[in-house]
Amino acid sequence: MIHRFLPLLVTSAVLVVGFLLCAAQFPNFASLRVVGNLLTDNAFLGITAVGMTFVILSGGIDLSVGAVIGFTTVLLAVLIEQGGWHPFSAFAVALAVAGGFGAAMGAVIHVFQMPPFIVTLAGMFVARGLGFVLSTDSIPINHPLYAELGDLALRFDGGGKLTLPALLMLGVVAAAVVCAHWTRFGANLYALGGNRQSAELMGVPVGRTTVAVYALSGLLAGLAGIVFSLYTGAGYSLAATGVELDTITAVVIGGTQLTGGYGYVIGTFIGVLIQGLIQTYITFDGSLSSWWTKIAIGVLLFVFILLQKGLLAVWTGRGGAPAEA
Amino acid sequence: MTDPTPTASPPLLAIRGLSKAFLGVQALDGVDFTVRHGEIHALLGENGAGKSTLIKTLTGVYQRDAGTVTLEGRAIAPRGVEEAQRLHIGTVYQEVNLLPNLSVAENLFLGRQPMRFGLVDRGAMRRRARAVLMPYGLSLDVTAPLGRFSVATQQIVAIARAVDMSAKVLILDEPTASLDTQEVAVLFKVMRTLRSRGIGIVFVTHFLDQVYALCDRITVLRNGRLVGERRTAELPRLDLVAMMLGRELEAAAHRIALPADDAEEDARPPLVRFRGYGKARSVEPFDLDIRPGEVVGLAGLLGSGRTETARLVFGMDRADRGEAAVDGRAVRLRGPRDAIQLGFGFCPEDRKKEGIVGALSVRENIILALQARQGWLRPLPRRRQEEIADRFIRLLDIRTPHAEQPIQFLSGGNQQKALLARWLATEPRLLILDEPTRGIDVGAHAEIIRLIERLCADGMALLVVSSELEEIVAYSRRVVVLRDRRHVAELRGGEVAVDRIVAAIASEPAVAGEPRP
Repeated sequence: MIHRFLPLLVTSAVLVVGFLLCAAQFPNFASLRVVGNLLTDNAFLGITAVGMTFVILSGGIDLSVGAVIGFTTVLLAVLIEQGGWHPFSAFAVALAVAGGFGAAMGAVIHVFQMPPFIVTLAGMFVARGLGFVLSTDSIPINHPLYAELGDLALRFDGGGKLTLPALLMLGVVAAAVVCAHWTRFGANLYALGGNRQSAELMGVPVGRTTVAVYALSGLLAGLAGIVFSLYTGAGYSLAATGVELDTITAVVIGGTQLTGGYGYVIGTFIGVLIQGLIQTYITFDGSLSSWWTKIAIGVLLFVFILLQKGLLAVWTGRGGAPAEA
Repeated sequence: MTDPTPTASPPLLAIRGLSKAFLGVQALDGVDFTVRHGEIHALLGENGAGKSTLIKTLTGVYQRDAGTVTLEGRAIAPRGVEEAQRLHIGTVYQEVNLLPNLSVAENLFLGRQPMRFGLVDRGAMRRRARAVLMPYGLSLDVTAPLGRFSVATQQIVAIARAVDMSAKVLILDEPTASLDTQEVAVLFKVMRTLRSRGIGIVFVTHFLDQVYALCDRITVLRNGRLVGERRTAELPRLDLVAMMLGRELEAAAHRIALPADDAEEDARPPLVRFRGYGKARSVEPFDLDIRPGEVVGLAGLLGSGRTETARLVFGMDRADRGEAAVDGRAVRLRGPRDAIQLGFGFCPEDRKKEGIVGALSVRENIILALQARQGWLRPLPRRRQEEIADRFIRLLDIRTPHAEQPIQFLSGGNQQKALLARWLATEPRLLILDEPTRGIDVGAHAEIIRLIERLCADGMALLVVSSELEEIVAYSRRVVVLRDRRHVAELRGGEVAVDRIVAAIASEPAVAGEPRP
């Protein structure tokens, strides 16, 4: 049944071909160092995108993740620098707050039967606003542990290294793959995204699953915020603006359907890498404006959505004809 | 047919005095219902009989107001589908309520996946899925998404899931509604197998032939009350239809006079002519002629194919066989647009959903079809719109303060008349009315019937679908009777009478050439 994995195969092929093209143009490209940096630079995006994949698989959307990342970085900076907290205690609080925030949005979505788009849009403004309430300035985090954590890495010959953020992302992706396909929670997510009503009739705990998936997305956004603050060494309420859209893009390029029910976590991971690859290429080239990243990603997204539409038509055997009005 | 179990043991499922009201409307009123081990029990009734309320109360979707439900002598009160399933009551709905995006195996085991070391054991799940489907004669790729298989296969997977979750009572709510003949045969084989295993099956259907082919007993509901429970073998079809429709079989008295000479009428060329027209899974091929000035009624039980026929004639559904001709010229009806161009009009059954545009004014609703036919780029002048609206408000006596009133504030009968006006404004040659008097008060009811008579006198042809047999008899020159999605009889002139219609609905299928399962 190769066609079920076709979107995934196409995405992987794009990544491999893209990488080979880059390597052909720039001899230094195909190195462990570049790959390592690719993973590190996109770690926060990858971690967030995993949560987004789960939300989208369940038929929802979470627009608040970028704002939650920004809020988390400010919260960490304020707690550590102004409150004198130990970073680990601050991390725990940040994860609890972000997870709780997601859970609250999930509860609102389920209890009041509100569209996730609206609820998480409101959540986005609330989280961004809370960040500004804490501080409008960028606060540098100078705790010695930050420097230590920043140096922590698995090093390879030739200057390649897997930093803590990269390792965290790989761990999250691996855990998410297991969660999606080898747990009841994962099956329930796909069921919910397939058809809410049917899932309910088949005994899926719809409320619990909805709350859990938004809590998970919030928690992962919080983790991404920690990674982001490690990466930038600062907390800033405007950080990670628009990241929710980048993660949705990664999810869609990775072959997950925006309507829910179909898709794979590993595809999202590849989608993140493709975005990172384009960015790296533009850095290597040096003469191109960084906005070409956005243009290239926009075109890719468009192509992938068309591809999915076509594939779905073949899958369901309806020849792509729209349902009767 | 299997015999029921001896009377000594309690019945599998016994419902006594079940009542349920919604907002003061009594949907179920003291209903008794009994299912025995190893029987297929048909639950029948027309619209609003209370079948679905009974099922939903039984499966815990609704909570009952009064009455008892016992399963093998034990009182039960499930508070949800899940709990009902745990109590061994499984339900399979007409619209397959499984998940097309999940694999067959995942659908079978959702929520009860075999686990190993805290994780889902996908290998074991696949093996068990194959084993579960084996007795049903299904050998398929259990890892493929369910949506890739036919509706019949999906239905059997749904049944397999319900049975495997240890169902003792299996409720099948119109499982055959979207299946073709061959698929129905497969499903029936499965049902017979399950019966022989001692499972009690509640079978809700609109197809009388299927009831007689399969069921041991029949329970009929009407207007939320129990009409009776009978052994199928002891209940002639005519009595069954009478039970369902709830009418004494007597000739309708108040039939209006019609021109006596039908032969002369028939000589005129028909306005529309359908030959072998039909659509798979919708209506069996039929022949139908409608002449100018003629009213043709479509009668039958709910789900017999009345509305489907009307939709085919108007091109809302596309026929996949047969020919259509208007004025002797072959035409293709690819959609309502084609039909409107040919001068057809259609007043749908569900006026709220398919008819009126609530927020628009009476005037805008009335000119909608006319404007659509003319094309939106050439708007009717406002003066002309007002003339048309005022004329029909007067003509049909639509009770509205003024033409600019949003139509949602009008009563049901007046909305219906405005809908009628919409099509009359296009001066149709053939007007199709689906349940024109549903949900309308008695006064408006009579007015609409009078209007129908007047329209035909003006040479318009009418095709009317109605479940009110007296009403059909009152205004139809010819009546086409449908049963099980098949045109089974055409009554004309003096034959048009309620008892003849009932008899035709209840008639046995012809022996030859009708391989109904």
